[in-house]
This record gives sequence, structure tokens and C-alpha cells, in this order.
Amino acid sequence: MATEGLVRPRLKPAPRAPLAPQQAIDAFARRHRYRWWEALPWAAAIAAYVLFPSYLPLGAQILATILFALSADLVLGYAGIVTLGHAAFFGTGAYTAGILAVHGWGEPITGLLAGTAAAALIGFVSGWIVLRTTGLTLLMQTLVVATLLYEAANKASWLTGGDDGLQGMEVWPIFGQFRFDMFGRTGYLYCLAVLFLCWLFARHIVYSPFGRSLTGIRENVRRMHAIGAPVRRRRLIIYTIAAGLAGTAGALIAQTTGFVGLSFLNLERSGGVLIMLIIGGVGRLYGAFIGVPLYMIAQNRFSEIEPVYWYFWIGLLMVLVVVFARGGILGLSERLRQ
Amino acid sequence: MSNTFAAFVSIGFHGLAFAMVLYLISVGLSVTMGMMGFVNLAHGVFAMLGGYVLTSLMSRMGVPFGLALIAAFLATALGSLILERLLYRRLYGGDELDQVLLTMGLIFMSVAAATYVWGPLQQPMHPPRWLSGQLDFGFRSFPGYRSFLILCGAGLVIGLWLGLERTRFGMKVRAAVDNLRMAQSVGINTSRLFALTFALGSGLAGLGGALGADLLAINPSYALDNLVYFLIVVAVGGLGSIRGPFIAAVLIGIADTGFKYLLPELGAFFIYALTMALLLWRPRGLFGRA
Amino acid sequence: MLQQKIAGLALAAAALGALAMPAAAQTVKIGFIDTYSGPFAQAGDELDKGVKLYIKEHEKDLPPGVKIELVTRDDTGPNPDVAKRVAQELITRDHVQLLAGEIASPNAAAIAPLTAEAKIPFVIMNAAGVNIPRISPYVVRVSFTLWQISLPMGQWAAKNGFKKAYVAVSDFIPGHDAEAAFTKGFTDNGGEIIGTTRIPLSQLDFTPILQRIKDAKPQAVFIFVPAGKYATAVMKAWADLGLKDAGIQLVTTQDVMLDEELPNMGDIPLGIVSAGNYSSAATRPQNKAFLSAWNQAYTEKAIPDMFSVGGWDGMAAIFDMIKATKGKFTPDEAMNFFKTWKNPESPRGPIAIDPETRDIIQNIYLRRVEKVDGRLANVEFETIPQVKDPWKELNPPK
Repeated sequence: MATEGLVRPRLKPAPRAPLAPQQAIDAFARRHRYRWWEALPWAAAIAAYVLFPSYLPLGAQILATILFALSADLVLGYAGIVTLGHAAFFGTGAYTAGILAVHGWGEPITGLLAGTAAAALIGFVSGWIVLRTTGLTLLMQTLVVATLLYEAANKASWLTGGDDGLQGMEVWPIFGQFRFDMFGRTGYLYCLAVLFLCWLFARHIVYSPFGRSLTGIRENVRRMHAIGAPVRRRRLIIYTIAAGLAGTAGALIAQTTGFVGLSFLNLERSGGVLIMLIIGGVGRLYGAFIGVPLYMIAQNRFSEIEPVYWYFWIGLLMVLVVVFARGGILGLSERLRQ
Repeated sequence: MSNTFAAFVSIGFHGLAFAMVLYLISVGLSVTMGMMGFVNLAHGVFAMLGGYVLTSLMSRMGVPFGLALIAAFLATALGSLILERLLYRRLYGGDELDQVLLTMGLIFMSVAAATYVWGPLQQPMHPPRWLSGQLDFGFRSFPGYRSFLILCGAGLVIGLWLGLERTRFGMKVRAAVDNLRMAQSVGINTSRLFALTFALGSGLAGLGGALGADLLAINPSYALDNLVYFLIVVAVGGLGSIRGPFIAAVLIGIADTGFKYLLPELGAFFIYALTMALLLWRPRGLFGRA
Repeated sequence: MLQQKIAGLALAAAALGALAMPAAAQTVKIGFIDTYSGPFAQAGDELDKGVKLYIKEHEKDLPPGVKIELVTRDDTGPNPDVAKRVAQELITRDHVQLLAGEIASPNAAAIAPLTAEAKIPFVIMNAAGVNIPRISPYVVRVSFTLWQISLPMGQWAAKNGFKKAYVAVSDFIPGHDAEAAFTKGFTDNGGEIIGTTRIPLSQLDFTPILQRIKDAKPQAVFIFVPAGKYATAVMKAWADLGLKDAGIQLVTTQDVMLDEELPNMGDIPLGIVSAGNYSSAATRPQNKAFLSAWNQAYTEKAIPDMFSVGGWDGMAAIFDMIKATKGKFTPDEAMNFFKTWKNPESPRGPIAIDPETRDIIQNIYLRRVEKVDGRLANVEFETIPQVKDPWKELNPPK
């Protein structure tokens, strides 16, 4: 596979001199440790809360979309599954939380968990079906799964509101204390807390032996088969986990905006999250934290001026990223440093 | 004529017209995906371009229908050739993800560019006078333009098949689809072959988009709206196949029309379910090679 | 008359006020949410033109020292999440005192709860979803509901010799409203519905469904789809399949027969009957005056339609309220004014807000497409005076 464009920081060739066992152990242990710069996104998020109090609704959507992109990174960057249907899980989570809130269960935490569980279930079932194939067929099948869900949601308008969207969600205060206010304060902090927990979880997975074996599968499937790794099962597990996290992201947006619509399931949503992720950088766990805010803030600014041109420039940016800056912004900065 | 029979004839007729458009647009995609292994999501952009060329030439400059069709073919073939040399070529044999991104980027740009040039509304397509209205076939009448579409589509399909069977260019294309390395080693200039095939396939898409401007309305989000249809035809037909997509297009065209006629409330749900089932049964499509 | 009286009073009061507090500049901030991009941008443009024209013509009538500031935002089409965020930002960041505009019903329905929470009056200039004013007491609507328009259409069809009709509508809330209202009007007057179809909004090729209607051989067919690309596509398929030659009468709402779209349709729509609250071909003097102002402001081919008139009348209500309160009002004062607002001089005839429902009472016109001076026009041939929204009468609030 020609993936040389996707330089991965932790995949550099080992130093020439063989490591003494103790050194190797230290090197592995170091990799798990938190580094100072990993605190930056969180510091920035808290600073934004203080500095831009009138932009918190947008901020909450950015935080939830970062989680969505992070989940896509697990599938795409770590398991190497190119999907055009990741919105299926995002939408499932959103609709689950939304439908609960419309029908009298507006408790946010359980709604969030229900959205996560439903999306993980859909991820497991669809993954069990589609992960038998690879390449184009897999791409098509992920697309068809998402489109099927889209049509199902469109048709079940008694449940989902169809083209009009799900109206009239009533989300209760968090822990019975903190109302979702119009200024978006609660929503922002809620999204931030959930994103932080999910990020810890994702980080743990990526650095675990399971995460390393996924990277192995992505880099060389045959060898992983040869050494007896249960390739399909591992891919299915990460697919399910990522689907669950995408569902969490969808439920977050549903609860903070109080609305779910068919656009939560469409191709633009699936494509859009890939774009944001790739602008930031794939397979790095932090690409989402760079690509999503950049994309969404730029979109917010530009679309107030001229939304039509916005699409042109973002398209051009993608073409340029592919041709000149494979690996996104993180990849570019790594190359500049070298 | 009984109602059931009338429904049957209506579905068959409109389904066939739709199938012709689907096939003309998708066959090029099948070849580029099969031969060059390139995931070209932006294929619909060429169909849209063909449609815009035709409608603008006819309604703004009064160019006759036939000439406008030829212009649509040539303009898209030329446009795609430029893109192929500038961008696509860099990613042959590369990462699928990069191809997906590049072509998604092109789709986004096409949406904005089309809105800028032609505005957000769909372009009206007025068939020439001799094709508008109804044609009386004795037992019932059919819309003239769609009858023409079926005949014209059938002619193009036969021409295309004969061309690929009988000409030297066709032989090279088939050789490259079957075994790219072998084709290169026997001295076929595959870089030029790719470019020509790509241009021909895109030109056909442009022609299909222009002929089908009546069915698949030409508007800025065309490439995004219809992407799934084109991909389904290719995936069900089998990558790299020339005839597979035809069978797939007829299947999809008639099934889609049938559902819209008989059970419009269900939308396209059944089509996608059918596609999913077909892909699970034969992951490489009906005529794909294992 | 009343309006003039209020205006006179306001002027007098303003003069007094001006004496007492010289040059106390008072700016009323209005958040205007409209669709400027996407497939519904055309409708948004018509609405925008109506609003801006009213401001241009009447800015000088504002009480001295009072200015209005229009903060314009794009909701990008039927995207309730965007619309809601935009409204939220207008309220919390721009501190607007009024919200106005909105083409799409789902968007307006998503914004309505915010207006209740923030106590911001919201003047809906188009979005026709029937129950939106019930979501929030701060919503007032100057456009129409589909019940108000489709019910008279059904009554007319049944009373004018059509006994069997087919109903085809887009599968979303306004479509469901139109279907239910037409069916009620038609069957209550002895008509029979021989088939009903809901068409998904994702479907733009109407040939299969119109072929099915043709095969079913009704005397009349009632179609409702959103204005713009859907309406154009319906007319295209209508012509291709020759339903008119097959002797089927098309009856519809003004959405399908938009005034500014007619010139692009050739001779196809001749004879089609539709119901609506405004046609630019109306010969009322108020409409003539409106048209002459319009033609002066927007030369070329621009033709006003129901969206433009919605914008025009919505601004008229807002201006009258500002004049009556000299630009200083609480949300409840504004709503109290809107609830009893009347305008006998609207281009579409006399209109009034129903204080019970905060929806509009207006004439509904039956129009037939005819050629006037070589151009197609929706010519009004029957007026049903002062129609209230029938749905709210049939479904009283619980």
C-alpha cells in the first residue's frame, strides 16, 4: 500500500543499534506517558470559554465534531478502513438521544449512553457484514449502509420527523442541576467534559497492544495473518468502538442544539468529517483537534460573507492537501521540523 | 388496455430511458476504476458539465440540439483530459484515501463553480420541437423525447461495444483492464492509453448528462446528489466491465422507476437494500472478475 | 384609516418627544433570517427584495430620531440546526429586539422555542407550517398556512364539476397539510379522492408518479410541491406526459405557479387553476402602487411573488409597531400591538392578524393562468374573502 504520504510519528524505523531489553522497555513505557503539549488543546478550550462567551454554541458544536473526527481517525487512521459512511453512526447516536428526549426521557447522560450503545450496535452489525471485503467494495458498502439508514430515517417520519427533522426535544438539566442555557455555557462544558473522557479512552486504546496490532493490520495485513493475529475480529472491534464514539458525538450535538435532522446521516456529513480529519492529519490522534476547529471556524466566518465561495476554497484546499501536503497540517509540520 | 398492463408498460418504458442515461454516464467510471484502480467520485462532475454545456448552448445561444450534444461530448472530454494530466495522473496506483479526497475536493469546487456561473437553480432543458410532445405508437402514446433517448442510447451502446471489440484502441483498453503489467510489457503506452480512455469515458458521461438533463436535472449539487446511483451501477455491474454496468443500469433503472411508480412513499430504500444484497452475494459485482 | 390614525398619533407624539429630548437616537435592531444560498435562494431573494423595498419606501416615515438596523443572516435553506444557531447568535451576540423572516417551516419551528425563552417577538414572513404560532406566544405570522389555501382549492374543485381527483404532495409537513386540507375541502363537497401519493423530497424526477396519475385517469389532480426546482420539475413532467391533452385538470397552490417562474414555462401552464393569497397580476390599486415602486427599485425582469409580499407586509407590521411605540417597546407591548394589527392597504387586499391564533386573516384568490399582454399571468377570477386558518378552528388548542 502506498501510504508513505501518511508519515506517522511513532512508526519511525528503530535506531540502528539494537536496543538493550531495558532500553526497549523504557522506550515503550515512555510512549504512554503524557507529554506537555498534549495539554494544549484543553488549555485552549478553557481559554476559549472565558474569552469568547458569545461563541459558545459554535464552540460546543466544534467540540462534538472533534469527537466525531476522532472516531473517524480510529477507523481510518488506525485500522486503515476507508469509509464513506461514518455519518451512519453519528446519526444513529443523534436520533437515539433525540427520540428519547422527544418522548419524555430528556436525562442527558443516559441519553448519551443510549446513543453510544445504539451506534455501537449498528457499527457491530454492519461491520460484521461489510468488513469481509476490502477496497472499493468496502467503500461502496459503507456508503450503502449509511444511505440505507438515511432512507429508513426519511421513511420512518412518524418517529424521526422525516424531512422536517425531529422537533420538540426537551433535554433535562445535567444531574438535575445545570440547565442547557441559551448562551451555550452548559452545552460547551458538557461537550468538553465528554470529549476529554472519550479522548482518554481513545488514547488508551491506541497505545495498547491492541492498538499496535491494528497498526500492524493497516501496514501489512498478510504478515498479521501470518503471525496468527485475528485480523477480522480486531477490525470489527475497533469499528464497533469507533461507531460508538461517533454515536456519542451525534448525541452530544443533538442534546446541545436540541435538533436532529436527516443531514446528520447524509453523504456530506460522512465526507465532511473525512475532510476535516485529513486537513488536520490522519492517524495521529490529534489531527481532529487541529482540522475541525480550523475548518469550522473558517466555515463560520466565510459563510457569513459568501457561502458559495466557501465550498470552492475548501475543495481547492483538499486538492492542494492531496497533491502537496499529504498527511495534513501535522504531517506538514513534521516534515518542516525534519 | 388493463390498468396492470398499462402500469407494466409505463414502468418498462421509463425505466429503460433512465437506464440508458445511467449507463452512458457510468460506463466510463467502470473503466477508470477497473483499469486504473482509481476511485473517481467526481465522475458525476463531467456529466453535470455536459448538461450545462448543452442547456447553455441551446437556451442562450440557440445552437441546434445535435450540435450542442457533440459540443457537450467534446467539452467534457477535453476538460477531463486537462484534469487527468494535471491531477489524476499523480495518484494512479496510490492510496484510495487520497483519491477519495482529491475527487471530493473536485466535487466541492464544482458545486461552487456551477453556482457561480449558472446560479443555484436547475437548468431548464427544452428538447427540440420535433421531439417534444407525444408520439403515438397506435396502442398508446409515449413521450417523444424519452423514446428518442432509448433509441439514441441503444445506438451509442452498440457503437461503443463494437468499437471496443473491433478497433485496435479497444483491444488495448481490454488488455489494460485484464492485466495492466502484461499490457505495459508488450509495449502499450499505458500513460497515453489512460488519458485517452479517461477522456472518452468522461466525454460519454458528459453526453449522458446532456441527454439525460431531462431526467437528472442539471443543478450545482448534481455530482453529489447522483453519486450513489453511478457508484451503484458500477459496483453492481462489476469493476472494469463494459457490459456488466449495462445489465446493472437496466436493473436499477427499471427497479427504481417501478418503486417510484408503485410505492413512491418508500423512496429509494429498496434500491439500496437491493444493492446491498447484490454486493454481499457477489462482492465484485455481477460481472466482476474474482 | 386606522393605520393613518396611528401614524398621525405617532407623529404627533414623536414631535412632542423630540421637543423634550432632542436627538435621542433610538435604534431598533431587527434580526432578519433569510435563505441566501442553496436551492431555495431564489425564494430568499424575493423575500429580501420585499423587505428592503418596504424599508426604502418608508424609512422616512419613522418617528424622528428612530432608526432601524437590519442584521441579516443566511440560514442556507431548510437546515433547522443552522437556523437555530443563527437565531441564538442574533439574540445573544447582536442583542436584537425582534426576529423576522424565515422561508422554511422546519427552521421557523426550531427558532420558535428560543423566542419563548428569550421573549423576542418573531415576525414570520413565509414559513407556513400550520402549528408554528402555537409553539411560542412570541410568534406572529403574516404569510399564510397551507390549510388556508388548499381547503378553498378543494371546495372550488368539487363545486365546479370535478368528481374524481388524485392528490400528490411532497412528503413533509407542509405537504401533509396541503393534502389533508384539499381532501377535506373536496370530499366535504361531494368529491371523491381516487388516489393519494406522498413523494419524497429527495426525488426530483416526477415522471413516474405523473405517469401513474395519467394511467389512473382522474378528472382533476391536486399537486403540492415546494416552489423552485420541484415546481419546475413537476411542470416539465406535466408537459412531457401530455396530461393536459388527456383531459386532466391540474389544480394546485401558488407555490407551483410562482409569478416569476411563469415566463420560463412556455405555454404549458395555460389553464391551470391555483389558489393563493397574492398574484402580481392583481389589478387592485394597492397592488399597482406596489408594482410601480417595485419596478422602480428593481428594473429588469424581477417579478414580485408571495414571498416578496410576505416580506413587504411583515415590515409594514414592524414599522407600524415602531411608530406606535416610538421605538420603545417591551416584547409584550410589541406582541400586543401585532395581535391586533390590521392593514387594509396591503397589495394582496385587506389583511389582519387574528388575535386568537396570531395567524393572518386574508382573502384567498382562485387564479387561472392566462395570457395578459403576451405574458402568462395568474389571473384572479374568484375571491374568498377574509379566510381564517381553518386548521386552528378544527383543532382548538388543548
